[in-house]
Amino acid sequence: MIERSASDLLASLSKGDISAEALTGQFLQAIKQREPDVRAFLHINEAGALQQARAVDAKRKRGEPIGLLAGLPVAIKDVLCIKGQPTTCGSKMLQNYRPPYDAHVIERLRGADAVLIGKTNMDEFAMGSSTENSAFQVTANPWELTRIPGGSSGGSAAAVAACEAPLSLGSDTGGSIRQPAALCGVVGLKPSYGRVSRYGLIAYASSLDQIGPFAHTVADAALLLEAIAGHDRRDSTSVDKSTPPYSKNVEEPVKPLVIGVAREYFLEGLDAEVEKAVRAALKVYEGLGAKVQEISLPHTPYAVATYYLVATAEASSNLARYDGVHYGHRTPSQPSPAAGGGQGGGRLIDMVKRSRGEGFGAEVKRRIMLGTYALSSGYKDALYVRALKVRRLIREDFDKAFGGCDVVMGPTTPTAAFKAGEKANDPLAMYLSDVYTISGNLAGIPGVSVPCGFTASGLPIGLQIQAAPFEEEKLLRVARMYERATDWHMRRPKLA
Amino acid sequence: MADLPYRIVIGLEVHVQLLTKTKLFCGCATQFGLPPNTATCPVCIGLPGALPVMNRRAFELALRAAQALNCHLADFTKWDRKNYYYPDLPKNYQISQYDLPFSRNGWLEIETADGAKRVRIIRAHLEEDAGKMLHDETGAGRDSLVDLNRAGTPLLEIVSEPDLSTPEEAKAYLEEIRLLLRETGVSDCEMQEGSLRCDANINLHIPQPDGTVAATPIVEVKNLNSFRGVERSMKYEADRQYEAFQRDGRRLAPGEKETAGWDEARGVTVVQRRKEEAADYRYFPEPDLVPVVVDAAWRERVRAETGELPAAQRVRLARDYGLSDYDIGVLTQQGRATVAYFEDAAKRCGDAKAASNWVTNRVLASLKEHKQEIGDFPLTADRLAGLIAEQKASGLNKQAAEAVYNRMLETGETAKMAIAHLGIKAVDAGALEEIVRRVIAANPKAVAEYKKGKTAAAQSFMGAVMRETKGAAKADVVQKLIAEELQKL
Ligand SMILES: [Zn+2]
Repeated sequence: MIERSASDLLASLSKGDISAEALTGQFLQAIKQREPDVRAFLHINEAGALQQARAVDAKRKRGEPIGLLAGLPVAIKDVLCIKGQPTTCGSKMLQNYRPPYDAHVIERLRGADAVLIGKTNMDEFAMGSSTENSAFQVTANPWELTRIPGGSSGGSAAAVAACEAPLSLGSDTGGSIRQPAALCGVVGLKPSYGRVSRYGLIAYASSLDQIGPFAHTVADAALLLEAIAGHDRRDSTSVDKSTPPYSKNVEEPVKPLVIGVAREYFLEGLDAEVEKAVRAALKVYEGLGAKVQEISLPHTPYAVATYYLVATAEASSNLARYDGVHYGHRTPSQPSPAAGGGQGGGRLIDMVKRSRGEGFGAEVKRRIMLGTYALSSGYKDALYVRALKVRRLIREDFDKAFGGCDVVMGPTTPTAAFKAGEKANDPLAMYLSDVYTISGNLAGIPGVSVPCGFTASGLPIGLQIQAAPFEEEKLLRVARMYERATDWHMRRPKLA
Repeated sequence: MADLPYRIVIGLEVHVQLLTKTKLFCGCATQFGLPPNTATCPVCIGLPGALPVMNRRAFELALRAAQALNCHLADFTKWDRKNYYYPDLPKNYQISQYDLPFSRNGWLEIETADGAKRVRIIRAHLEEDAGKMLHDETGAGRDSLVDLNRAGTPLLEIVSEPDLSTPEEAKAYLEEIRLLLRETGVSDCEMQEGSLRCDANINLHIPQPDGTVAATPIVEVKNLNSFRGVERSMKYEADRQYEAFQRDGRRLAPGEKETAGWDEARGVTVVQRRKEEAADYRYFPEPDLVPVVVDAAWRERVRAETGELPAAQRVRLARDYGLSDYDIGVLTQQGRATVAYFEDAAKRCGDAKAASNWVTNRVLASLKEHKQEIGDFPLTADRLAGLIAEQKASGLNKQAAEAVYNRMLETGETAKMAIAHLGIKAVDAGALEEIVRRVIAANPKAVAEYKKGKTAAAQSFMGAVMRETKGAAKADVVQKLIAEELQKL
């Protein structure tokens, strides 16, 4: 049961083959069995989930109108605020924080009668590519437990891969949905910037962050995206465009289909097995009648550097609020005369320094420092301002590309999942695992990673498909074409 | 000021809170005086995940203000983050405007001893206010508290060029800003409640014997919370800077600025930071908000809503009613409603000078006495015009007219009714002569004194005639009649 797709489960629920309560119970059971190995969850909302499930069952019984996801458990990345539930962002800074409000997507999920089953592990403040930067635990890749699930939404990707939940939400700032989806062998979609409201998403880099779905199949991802997408006036950057019925239209193939393959995505650093799988996927599309043509995204080599200036600059400001004054972790100041005096001003600064020093982990501190530096007077023009210019060039690369093709395809990641600890002390190597996904955030375009094969040692490989802004529907339809022709998405890892 | 051995250079940075019901980026109330931290929400206390949404009303009020300040309105404007750590700033950044403010290059005309003067305005931009710190004043070293009710209140910052050359001008500029913003409904500009705040940059240019001019270090005086305080602090600071220069000869160094607080009670400025480390606010575009595009239609709508500005009003009052500069100053200072009241009365009675006298003297005094607004004043312009007409027709003297005015105010009667109830009867010329003769005849003692050359004795006849006529006689006419009668004796 737990290995089935969300669309399948929904059919069983509506036929009455299984109740939402029983289904939720099965997933809770799976969580209990598998969490000691996988460690995808930071908080399991057992009582709350069962209560929601019973409410949905009652609604169904009474014949009331029900939501799009009625009775389906959804795991939530711990970066999203749920009223009254722990929302840590993977940080000691927010270890005991419970938001007084629901994020927009959570409101949407409640409205869709989804069951909020728990909060998933992540790199602290979504900064990382392996989920090793969580202050609380290291999540394992369900396909091989000694390997990382990717990040920063590693918990959400692993939860779906391990069949602990049929659906989950993540956030993607530089690849944080697509990269773990690829490494965990699930579908992960980053919508266009502005498609999903960020209200209640704890910010890492505001101009890049987007919330998106994880699922076993493209159709499931379409379903979850449909539930969360749409305008929200509380997020000024959310776009007032109507949401197409993705779940209904996803089965429609795109014909004719022109696929752009960026030559910059097949250069140094790309693992041979990954390249082989991606090239094979392109052949599948050709077999389906698509035209594959080589294109160039010439500013791709600058994407990682650009990202690490723009994202960290915004992060340095976004994370300034965690100072121990109003909420979150506070380390008391030391009562020493050296700490200063005068209305407690010296003590206050001491308290703020200690709170941030203790509350944040190394990677977060590294990015705050980098971002602060990039915005500092004397460096800002050469770093931050220049990065904004390059960002515009990267966007123009895509504009040009989409003038001649429907979608751009390539590998989601340069390699399959690496071993835990392998890159933990080499931030630059870690940063390069997002090399193919980062430019999509800088350009604000939608992208999806779909399973396209396995390495010889049985690790999943992801195919990335990107489309022009707000063309999620085309993106999903193109992805679904491949899924129908292959069965990679049917495989599940062997777990307890 | 021409005889001072230096020239004063003052520029003001004025912050005004806009008269919106809700904050700049959330729906919380801006009402003053609520219990601490009750007018707050996830947005204005900076909770993780909360996002700002621009209050369009606040932006429109700001546009209106900028238009009134003759500023150029930008077609495209954006928001920026100003990063600094302070406990009353919950996000540790302030949403403000940096390189593309919504308006710039304006001017404001003020009245000075040497006539009208244009003060140039560099820019006006919008930003969010911070909260308030409540420090332990007992000296017991208890924790400081933070009240975030004010956090996120819309603030308009208006920065002038250093065009003000006397403390009086600084005060006049601030008063003109208050008038303008009150008149256009942008702000109530209550300095006590903090809805109008002012920082002043001041230094001196001192001519030297060698023909050069020495500039003293610029001091930014903060915490100016009264109009008088602005004037007094600038006087004090100018004297202080001159003395300091005489003593140490220290001149302005590039990029250097001192910060001082104004101690209203002691009447002194207290230097807080001497060599200020240039603060690096690391401004960058606010990614949570979208830029604002102001098109011609929007600008035109704002212009239409703004209405007549005080400067235009002054010109019109002089042209249409021939009022003195002094009367125009008093009337416009009171605001549009009072000017409208005056105009209504003046048109109805046909005597602008008399209407202006009544309004600027008695009416304003009554309003002040009863703490009323002109809109709530029971004696309407129509009634006041009636009083002025009666006064002209029947020759009511000043005291009688005031008695009638007071009765009208108390009872709500028309001028005619009040005159009747007070028993004032119109006195014709023949009757008046008769009364004068009778009063003189009844006072032989005063007549004798008058004859001895004590002309002051004539005053007692005056009083007696007024009592007899209940004031319904004009003083100059009575005086003339008394003089004539006394001549006959
Ligand atoms: Zn608020």
